Amino acid sequence: MIINLASLKKGQIAIITSVVTDKIPLKLLEMGCLPGNEVQLLQTAPFSCPMYLNVNGSHLAIRKEVAEQIEIELV
Amino acid sequence: MAKQINVSLIGNPNTGKTSVFNLLTGLNQQVGNYPGITVERKAGICKLSRGVKAHIVDLPGTYSLNASSLDENVVIEVLLNKKDKDYPDVAVVVSDVENIKRNLLLFTQIKDLDIPTILVINMADQMERKGITIDIPELEKRLSTKIVLMSARKKEGIEELKKSIEGYRKLPITPCLNAFEIDPPYFEGLQRAFPKESLYKLWLVITQDVNFANINRNTIADASEFHTKKKSELKRLQQKETIKRYQFINQTLKATQTIDIKNAKGVRASLDRILIHKIWGFVVFFAILLFIFQAIYDWSSYPMDLIDSAFAWMSDYFRSVLPPGLLTNLLVEGILPGIGGIVIFIPQIAFLFLFISILEESGYMSRVVFIMDRLMRRFGLSGKSIVPLISGTACAIPAVMATRNIENWKQRLITILVVPFTTCSARLPVYLIIISLVIPTHRIGWIFGYQSLTLMFLYFIGFGAALLSAWLLNKFLKIQSKSFFVVEMPNYKIPLFKNVMINVFEKTKAFITGAGKIILAISIVLWVLGSFGPTEKFSNAKEYVTVQYQKENSEDLETQIASYKLEHSYMGYMGKAIEPIVRPLGYDWKIGIAIISSFAAREVFVSTLATIYSVGNEEEETIKNRMASEINPITKKPLFNFATGISLLLFYAFAMQCASTIAIVKKETNGWMWPSIQFVFMSGLAYITALIAYQFLK
Repeated sequence: MIINLASLKKGQIAIITSVVTDKIPLKLLEMGCLPGNEVQLLQTAPFSCPMYLNVNGSHLAIRKEVAEQIEIELV
Repeated sequence: MAKQINVSLIGNPNTGKTSVFNLLTGLNQQVGNYPGITVERKAGICKLSRGVKAHIVDLPGTYSLNASSLDENVVIEVLLNKKDKDYPDVAVVVSDVENIKRNLLLFTQIKDLDIPTILVINMADQMERKGITIDIPELEKRLSTKIVLMSARKKEGIEELKKSIEGYRKLPITPCLNAFEIDPPYFEGLQRAFPKESLYKLWLVITQDVNFANINRNTIADASEFHTKKKSELKRLQQKETIKRYQFINQTLKATQTIDIKNAKGVRASLDRILIHKIWGFVVFFAILLFIFQAIYDWSSYPMDLIDSAFAWMSDYFRSVLPPGLLTNLLVEGILPGIGGIVIFIPQIAFLFLFISILEESGYMSRVVFIMDRLMRRFGLSGKSIVPLISGTACAIPAVMATRNIENWKQRLITILVVPFTTCSARLPVYLIIISLVIPTHRIGWIFGYQSLTLMFLYFIGFGAALLSAWLLNKFLKIQSKSFFVVEMPNYKIPLFKNVMINVFEKTKAFITGAGKIILAISIVLWVLGSFGPTEKFSNAKEYVTVQYQKENSEDLETQIASYKLEHSYMGYMGKAIEPIVRPLGYDWKIGIAIISSFAAREVFVSTLATIYSVGNEEEETIKNRMASEINPITKKPLFNFATGISLLLFYAFAMQCASTIAIVKKETNGWMWPSIQFVFMSGLAYITALIAYQFLK
């Protein structure tokens, strides 16, 4: 099932299937947010934004609207 | 003389690059700015064997050579321009063992610039604990580089790094990625036009808008048969480049690195559970803030009192040993009180920078960004605005510079505009001296005194004014800009004592020398204005006063002459001219002068009053006592009473009185428009609130 990253639940692990490249910053790709890589939601701030992720071994936080541009598949 | 080896230290943020730099150079370093821009340039000398020296430049941290900020631009410019004095003979890329995959992205880019490159894997002592094993010889072969395992924290591997730097000529310069692969037809045309140049360098010139060896974007567009591509196409190619690089990195690491997650241990998860908890996270954050402010107020008051009386003693001493005359007066009444006004800042500024650098070094600051983002966005700010707002309590100048990593222009602009409201350390001496004059020393319970509560309240209204104006600006500013918020959440680390101390020392020094020049200059100007007068009333003050006060004893007569002189000096006339404007706020012309000079820098207030009063009074007294004994000539009551005091506190809380901040805001917003709006808004608000407060309280 393909969903977007914003709907990932705490602790869940997924694989990135595609990213809407025009709508996310290059920096995010450079930090390893690329199709094929694993992503886990570690924690969210109040009101579930921003999201604290482990992507490909990098720990980073992004906002929900950016997460919506990233498609994932649950494992 | 043996040739110096030029070394560039490059790396992602949070890799311990600065620790490696400090280890290589010790205290042998200079911190300054790159010419024309306010990006910090750190350089130092490292002694290698046989008298060879390495000149090491610590370049700003970056995740890749695709620059998105001024700081990152510096990295590309230094690495592309062979004529730059910092152009490296050898590049040292610092990575940390846990994020090696991400760190290698930058490494492969540097490698493709034909610069001999050494890869440092820092925090190597953590490998076992994290369950990581790396086949170093194989990785060296695949990356065609020299790898040095280091632990800057434990000072391991430093000798090997020095040796590798010395033998840089033996390093291979084969690139990691053939840029040709990114888009064959496009790069083929490019290579045909510039057969001698490296494709990746040309690619950087096109995408990053930097120049090297007389090649810039336009020459490329002219020389190629086709036009340069559109921005969106370029971005797509950059993404393709990133993907290609990661493919190479993944293959390389698959063959050389294994991670056994079962062996991995860390404090990250358990600390995060508390520090970014929905409730505890905020409780901890506010407790830390409270602690910091209490510490600054309490701990630094002891050295400050010492400094204050030391300078009073010094003035007295020099007056007694030096022959009387104009130069002695300049020294004792102008220069010494002026320097005292700078030195008295050192304890507080050092404490603030100490706490801020501990918060940054430990990795906690990113957690604050994370928990505050949502809240800050309501006010039109970003979670990242919290770092400038906290740094603003030390000084607005580094705070405005710290806004650079806010990607969204509107949020960044708002942060720049409101940051000067936060209570910077230059306001502190003004606050402290006025609080001690007009607020009683009573305590509520055992802990909170009225005085420290007042100080806390002032910090609070500083933040409040910042947030409210941010909210207003957010409503009225019509700027569309995309929000690309990405924050790295680094590992928690115990801050390295040496790093923190060097940071505190450098920041304090920069502040003192920067603000010091202004303060000293103003002190001298004020002394001149106070020591000479335009009319014969000044030069013949003695006769005038003696006629008026014949019955007074001689000591009172001296004081009367001095104050008569001051009143008829240039400064006196200037003060009188502005008195109608400041009288509704409860100030006399002397405070008026102090306020005017404070528009260059707030901290000048105390030293200005010190200069004015010591011009008027030659006895040994501290500034505070002198202010307390100042009498309002009309009411015959102490001039610094409750109403005047509160009015002054509010004025200093809101007014934009700092020439250096205005200069930096102009630089960062590219024009005079924003600093002018900021100046008028803040100072207007200051005047109105001070006016209302005084009229109500008097």
